[in-house]
Amino acid sequence: MKDEVTRDERIDNLKGMGCSRKRVEDARFTQGKGNYVDDIKLDGMLFGDFVRSPYAHARIKNIDTAAALEVPGVLAVLTAADLEPLGLHWMPTLAGDKQMVLADGKVLFQGQEVAFVVAEDRYAAADGMEAVEVEYEELSVIVDPFEALKSDVVLREDTVDENGKPTDGAHGPRNHPNHIFTWEAGDKDPTEEVIANAEIVAEEEMYYHRTHPCPLETCGCVASMDKVNGKLTLWGTFQAPHAIRTIVSLISGLEEHNIRVISPDIGGGFGNKVGAYPGYVCSVVASIVTGKPVKWIEDRMDNLMTTAFARDYWMKGKISATPEGKITGLHCHVTADHGGFDACADPTKFPAGFMNICTGSYDIPTAYLAVDGVYTNKAPGGVSYRCSFRVTEAVYFIERMIEVLAIKLDMDAAELRRINFIKKEQFPYTAALGWEYDSGDYHTAWDKALKAVDYDGLRAEQAQRVADFKAGKTRKLMGIGLSFFTEIVGAGPVKNCDILGLGMFDSCEIRIHPTGSAIARLGTISQGQGHATTFAQILASEIGLPADSITIEEGDTDTAPYGLGTYGSRSTPVAGAATAMAGRKIRAKAQMIAAYLLEVHDNDVEFDVDRFVVKGAPERFKTMKEVAFAAYNQAIPGIEPGLEAVSYYDPPNMTYPFGAYICVMDIDVDTGVTDIRRFYALDDCGTRINPMIIEGQVHGGLTEALAVALGQEIAYDNMGNVKTGTLMDFFLPTAWEVPNYETDYTVTPSPHHPIGAKGVGESPHVGGVPCFSNAVQDAFRPFGNTHTNMPHDHWRIWKTANGLGLHD
Amino acid sequence: MSNKMHIKLNVNGKDEEFLAEPRELLIYTLRERLNITGPHIGCETSHCGACTVTIDGKSVKSCTMFAAQADGKEITTIEGIGGPDDLHPLQAAFKEHHGLQCGYCTPGMITRATKLLEENPNPTEEEIRFGMAGNICRCTGYQNIIKSIQAAAAEMSAAKEAAE
Ligand code: FES
Ligand code: FES
Repeated sequence: MKDEVTRDERIDNLKGMGCSRKRVEDARFTQGKGNYVDDIKLDGMLFGDFVRSPYAHARIKNIDTAAALEVPGVLAVLTAADLEPLGLHWMPTLAGDKQMVLADGKVLFQGQEVAFVVAEDRYAAADGMEAVEVEYEELSVIVDPFEALKSDVVLREDTVDENGKPTDGAHGPRNHPNHIFTWEAGDKDPTEEVIANAEIVAEEEMYYHRTHPCPLETCGCVASMDKVNGKLTLWGTFQAPHAIRTIVSLISGLEEHNIRVISPDIGGGFGNKVGAYPGYVCSVVASIVTGKPVKWIEDRMDNLMTTAFARDYWMKGKISATPEGKITGLHCHVTADHGGFDACADPTKFPAGFMNICTGSYDIPTAYLAVDGVYTNKAPGGVSYRCSFRVTEAVYFIERMIEVLAIKLDMDAAELRRINFIKKEQFPYTAALGWEYDSGDYHTAWDKALKAVDYDGLRAEQAQRVADFKAGKTRKLMGIGLSFFTEIVGAGPVKNCDILGLGMFDSCEIRIHPTGSAIARLGTISQGQGHATTFAQILASEIGLPADSITIEEGDTDTAPYGLGTYGSRSTPVAGAATAMAGRKIRAKAQMIAAYLLEVHDNDVEFDVDRFVVKGAPERFKTMKEVAFAAYNQAIPGIEPGLEAVSYYDPPNMTYPFGAYICVMDIDVDTGVTDIRRFYALDDCGTRINPMIIEGQVHGGLTEALAVALGQEIAYDNMGNVKTGTLMDFFLPTAWEVPNYETDYTVTPSPHHPIGAKGVGESPHVGGVPCFSNAVQDAFRPFGNTHTNMPHDHWRIWKTANGLGLHD
Repeated sequence: MSNKMHIKLNVNGKDEEFLAEPRELLIYTLRERLNITGPHIGCETSHCGACTVTIDGKSVKSCTMFAAQADGKEITTIEGIGGPDDLHPLQAAFKEHHGLQCGYCTPGMITRATKLLEENPNPTEEEIRFGMAGNICRCTGYQNIIKSIQAAAAEMSAAKEAAE
């Protein structure tokens, strides 16, 4: 066959890996044709909504639903008493605890679901909610986890035996009724000994405040039970549709093959949409009871008050070093406020997620970590918001400890990092707290970053600014925020990562059509990450068909292979690997077909971009397209017709993307107002599949980091009232507050990943939070500041300045 | 309740007439009654802009306006801005410059940006940031949204000049 096209043109034509291919998702979104869960309408569909508790801790003396049932349009009101006979008034959480679906005898946090009103539309449901009468008896409220561990108030009666003694929890013995678990990693005694004998020890306490992922679309679902054929269909904002199907099956008793779970378009997830919420259970029950489809959609207040908060870690650290700055030991203790139920979305073996990556990017010989989980009267559901299972907390902790140690040593914090980085030749590197880092080249990344911003120049400018400030020439300070992070993503190996006992592999199934186009289905689900675009690029490079000829489909459990979903930056590391592996199976079969067609031995052809070529005879080849057709129209001896493959990929290890971030910030001492002058972000996520999408992920992650560091907090008063229940008080940055970011990269592929990709979506958040925070704190370093807690809103910054005597 | 009101709207060029309770919010009318699902709900308190529509030439958040208040008015939603065969330059630019991720804010963003560019055809970056500050995006960090609006502005000005 004559070939007019050059090899480079053939590569371009594929739009494979490395190409900034424009997103195929965008047509529907830019034209208002997205299909989000609230867009779904079914005949006769009803609407369900919750009556929620105004109290943070109260006994329920009575619920009277009679008046509500009289309200026009109201069809049913469910309470715990209705769910109890079905065994559905409590449900298992992802963390081995159990959680009330509807308040069973008492409420444990403000906003807790007390009754579910099902009505013809939202307005009727709201009228019905008004009419439900609940009689409460207030109980003493505990919002402070330290107090919870001392208090006589037992929050959860099911945590004590008949003698009032704490029972064992899912992760071992409790030492108090309000204690959930203690989780340890590392070597306690050796670490304490190293620190006790060290010449230099820095200590710090820090609170990583409670915050919230707050995707623009709230959570919701539509449940439709078809009693004629016994099938339940559940649409919803699910980051892990297959896991939700299994959970629904386990708790409802419906067989899994009779349940179809569909995640349609999702308006952002960020961890908020991983867990299972009472709304899902109540919608399913209500659909079974009424025989009609039932929709439940949170409003923003529901979402902020009750749905999967993040962080709330009280961290205490000790770090020891030689006088030259070589770190010798790290000790970390966390008191973790998990709220009323332990409903964190963590792999079950890691009750505090991957907090044990808190040694960060540094070669720390000895370390110890202990986390105490505690019940309080706050909403449950701690999620790893835009991070992989508490890595955000871990990285914040170590990046603050490094800064505090630099102050103690009177050393430059950039230099302190450099002398403690794990060296390139040490990879694969086993950290003191157990994880094996796959690959890294931290020094190269750090040097590139410092050079890009002219670090020495910035420090000189800062020194001048301090001098000018002291001389009364300016009221603005300048902070240089540094952060170097190592993420741990791609959960994960089935041997150590599971959710509710489900191993965290992922999957891809490919069908090539006779004309040389294809569909690939995956166990993940995009929430804006552009899977339909990037997974097709991986396949294009692997199988030699243009990305534009490949449809990617996710989120329908009736068609997609089983997979654990999208969170913890696991799509590229796990499902991306499954995609490449399934593609390689296709290629192996295609190679045999090509060899037959070319009348040579299998080993005499080789794959080249989009075709199989006879070795040494480049003019003799069969394109993948030709092979695809042959697979369906020729009888090939010894080969089944068709061209399909499936891969269930269990990764051998996690992946460890890393990065170097630098923020330059001006702070007005008199108003506390911050101005981010410059933000430089270097990311190394291994092989880059679509640079445009990577850059977009970095911008988004940094903006969410800015929000967390500079203002966003879920705050409570002493009575357990949520003070930040609307976007009026919960800070989401707008275009006005956000700077332009400079992005950069190095490429250190993962050695164990089929295409070397590591995942990136969460890195900017994980690295960004300490970077913004360090910038604020660095500005005050010359005046004796060592640490102040986030969020650094204007008021807190003003108070810091005031406390340091800068207003005199 | 039976105190229904007779309401007439013109939505994306089409006349609509119906009876509604006084408390019916415009976003509900659009999404539930008229099946116009481009405008989304993100906050219901006028903070996020996901529900932005144009009413008689002004950007309005339809989550905090009653349908009755829009009686007799002309409303444009993302569905009325451009379709597959006649994309608005902003729709094309958002795709070209990766101005969206999950897409949930996008209809509101583009609807607002069409007005911004009508009011100010050649905005500076600062003017865009200020003019778009009523629309929240949780995914993109805004940088590419601003780029998209700048690109559309340039394209629209060039087209206008060519036409003159
Ligand atoms: S839903 Fe209208 S502004 Fe947020
Ligand atoms: S693209 Fe997701 S909120 Fe803007």
